[in-house]
Amino acid sequence: MVLSEGTIPEHENVSPAVTVRGSRRLFAGRFEIFPIMHEDLNWAIGGEAGDGIDSTGKIFARALSRAGRHVYTSKDFASRIRGGYTAYKIRTAVEPVESVVDRLDVLIALTERTIDENLAELHEGSVIIYDGEQATMQGVDVPEEMIGLDVPLQRLAEDAGGAIMRNVVALGAACEVAAFPIENLDEALEKRFGDKGRAIVENNREAARLGQEYVRENYDHDFGYGLETTDNDYVLLNGDEAIGMGAIAAGCRFYAGYPITPATDIMEYLTGRIEQFGGAVVQAEDELAAINLALGAARAGARSMTGTSGPGIDLMSETFGLVATTETPLVIANVMRSGPSTGMPTKQGQEDLNMMLYGGHGEIPRFVLAPTTIAECFHKTIEAFNLAEKYQVPVYLTADLSMAVTERTYEPEEFDMDAVEIERGKVVDGGDVEEWLDDQGRFRAHAATEDGVSPRAFPGTTDGAHMTTGLEHDELGRRTEDEDVRVEQVQKRQRKVETAREREDFEPREFGDPNADTLVLTWGSNEGAIREAMAQLDEVSVRLLSVPYIHPRPDLTEAVEAAEDVLVVEANATGQFADLIEQDTLERVQRINKYTGVRFKADELAAEIRDAVAKTEVTQ
Amino acid sequence: MSSDVHFTDFKSDKQPTWCPGCGDFGTMNGMMKALSETGNHPDETFLVAGIGCSGKIGTYMHSYALHGVHGRALPVGTGVKIANPDLEVMVAGGDGDGYSIGVGHFIHAVRRNVDMTYVVMDNRIYGLTKGQASPTSREDFETSTSPEGTNVPPVNPKALALSAGATFIAQSFSSDSQRHTELVRQAIEHDGFGFVNVYSPCVTFNDVDTYDYFRGSIVDLEDTDHDSGSFDQAKDRILDSDKEYIGVLYQDDDSVPYSEREGIEGSMADIPDGAPDGATDLVREFY
Repeated sequence: MVLSEGTIPEHENVSPAVTVRGSRRLFAGRFEIFPIMHEDLNWAIGGEAGDGIDSTGKIFARALSRAGRHVYTSKDFASRIRGGYTAYKIRTAVEPVESVVDRLDVLIALTERTIDENLAELHEGSVIIYDGEQATMQGVDVPEEMIGLDVPLQRLAEDAGGAIMRNVVALGAACEVAAFPIENLDEALEKRFGDKGRAIVENNREAARLGQEYVRENYDHDFGYGLETTDNDYVLLNGDEAIGMGAIAAGCRFYAGYPITPATDIMEYLTGRIEQFGGAVVQAEDELAAINLALGAARAGARSMTGTSGPGIDLMSETFGLVATTETPLVIANVMRSGPSTGMPTKQGQEDLNMMLYGGHGEIPRFVLAPTTIAECFHKTIEAFNLAEKYQVPVYLTADLSMAVTERTYEPEEFDMDAVEIERGKVVDGGDVEEWLDDQGRFRAHAATEDGVSPRAFPGTTDGAHMTTGLEHDELGRRTEDEDVRVEQVQKRQRKVETAREREDFEPREFGDPNADTLVLTWGSNEGAIREAMAQLDEVSVRLLSVPYIHPRPDLTEAVEAAEDVLVVEANATGQFADLIEQDTLERVQRINKYTGVRFKADELAAEIRDAVAKTEVTQ
Repeated sequence: MSSDVHFTDFKSDKQPTWCPGCGDFGTMNGMMKALSETGNHPDETFLVAGIGCSGKIGTYMHSYALHGVHGRALPVGTGVKIANPDLEVMVAGGDGDGYSIGVGHFIHAVRRNVDMTYVVMDNRIYGLTKGQASPTSREDFETSTSPEGTNVPPVNPKALALSAGATFIAQSFSSDSQRHTELVRQAIEHDGFGFVNVYSPCVTFNDVDTYDYFRGSIVDLEDTDHDSGSFDQAKDRILDSDKEYIGVLYQDDDSVPYSEREGIEGSMADIPDGAPDGATDLVREFY
């Protein structure tokens, strides 16, 4: 049955497939009737890059969030400005959502390819909204078991004031399908177009209503959805934005970076905002300059940061060693993507763990933090600045693409600015600089203290003038090749990491059954998908330890020894985190690796975990 | 505080290991004098040094200082100055550091016009690695890595600077102590990026660009009718390969330095012990 003529299936009980949260049912039976309204929705808009896909998706995501629904978004996109398939996907529910699933209920397809790209996720009863009047969409083949809604998007947009609003017409149509009150779009449209004037906002609202009415009048059908709204106020943000906001909250005043996917959003977020707090963003000529600019600002006493992705980290490696040996506090955000080399710049990857742990010549003390959720991007950024200054070391703060460009809803209280504490470490001022002078009145900037941390005098501090250098140096910061001094300085730098291990609480995040036989370990953004997979796994009890501290890291020996199956989930081919766990615990672990460039999905992880546990049982 | 600063206050207790007769002695002395004459204090001065013989200057002077990686001194200095515009920032390096490995940063530092001083000790040779061609070596200059000459034209850093929008370009000669000091002083006083290329001869590895050569061929712009406010005259002098001019080649009196342009005031080091006022508004933006 092809519905491109705008007909509706005769059988009224065609129903969108729905997974009720926690259920293991992935696909509904063909004509199964659901007695309840479907409150979850997996929605997408797809077309060519340049079609306004991202902007339209954000409007709908914000409308859902403002209506008190939880939202989790994802993007399929290519590294080009125009052309090429791109899509913005939204999963929404009343309960928190923290992963994508292999299912699409409503798809706005601006191109035929959009349908082809999503065939695996579309199912019986999926609704496809498209504009059959477009030359490129004529004769489009909507699979028989799905519902094709041919809506003249462009013509209706022109009626509302301009063809450019065709995506908004489609949003109106989608509201009708999902039984989502269209008024919720109004505020999101205001937010998006408010600065373009009243008329534009009103035209867009009209466009949405024309889309809604068209579906209502031409497809008199109950699609089975009823998107409940609540009075909750949520904020909607992505990982890069959370890092940027965390940086400002932490007192970061200087950011230097070179544009690179998927880290650019951090710089774009800070630009125009950090200035309001007395800071500055410098777009560097390359990553070599970016880290050196940030280093300079940090030497001047500012909380300073640079951000990039893998290729930029490569370029920064030489200065990374300089930052460490001059004991300069610096936060370096590495928003990972697929490598090696240019790799797949717009695809997910967690392949830089070894580079962050071991990159750079010589032996470099460092911290590596890997927030596991978007909210944690905010909290760990603040922690990264505190650790950097308390221990005067470079700190890698690493997110990955699927978290960086994914928006998610949170209670605003999650980002509690009143709870932010700034710890600057051993900063000395005019009053106490004297106790750190040697017998000739020279400031001991690299004094080999018991905890390894030396006093820090910002330039401008009276009697604090000192040099520091990338050459091995004595406690005054002057070049030396004296064997004893060399050993003393190497040890004091490494001692800072040990001090941090003793003083700080580098604990993993724990979920599930603490006594389960199956232990899942992960790092970075996989936590949400694993948690949802666990909810699907009724028959397998799982303990999840999600590790945000890669170096120094918690000792997981006890947990690993106590478990029957240890599964390490990460988005790379070789299992870099798994290697670390084996090295730490001297136990073998099983590896669940994905390196397709696509993030882990809850349902596929559930299957992987189930299979791994079953294999062990067979072996036994 | 500033009035009683003597130039020797900028000197550390480390004895330079430069070869006797090295031009860098004179270059450094002029920098220290210019800093003290302009009322600066070591505790409020930040020196960034590159890598090479010239880069050792960070050890021999006394101030806040960082001796970084090869070629990246200018970005460091830029970061220091933006984070605290109250500091006097001076960046020093050689022709290899500034015009070879770091030439990309040079162009962009010029463009940004951050209010700092860049002194390049140009000896037209790589001295610390014992005599290889540098980017400013002559085309027919024979070295261990260019036995038949470099066969490529030398970089003209002053032309690069002028084309990138420089607001202050000067050339000095390390052995003319008074004039050199004066030019560095003018660069410090300039509101913007003050660039001084210094002929700072290498007595060990360069037997072409010697003291005698420079003494014989230098023309002081003060002895000419040169108008340093004229872009066209600056261009003509800079592209004139027959003469070695010293003096201020170009100065834009309307220069607006980076911090002023961007409205940056005071040190970024001062932050509250919690999130800054107004941070909660950032959360509200995400509604």
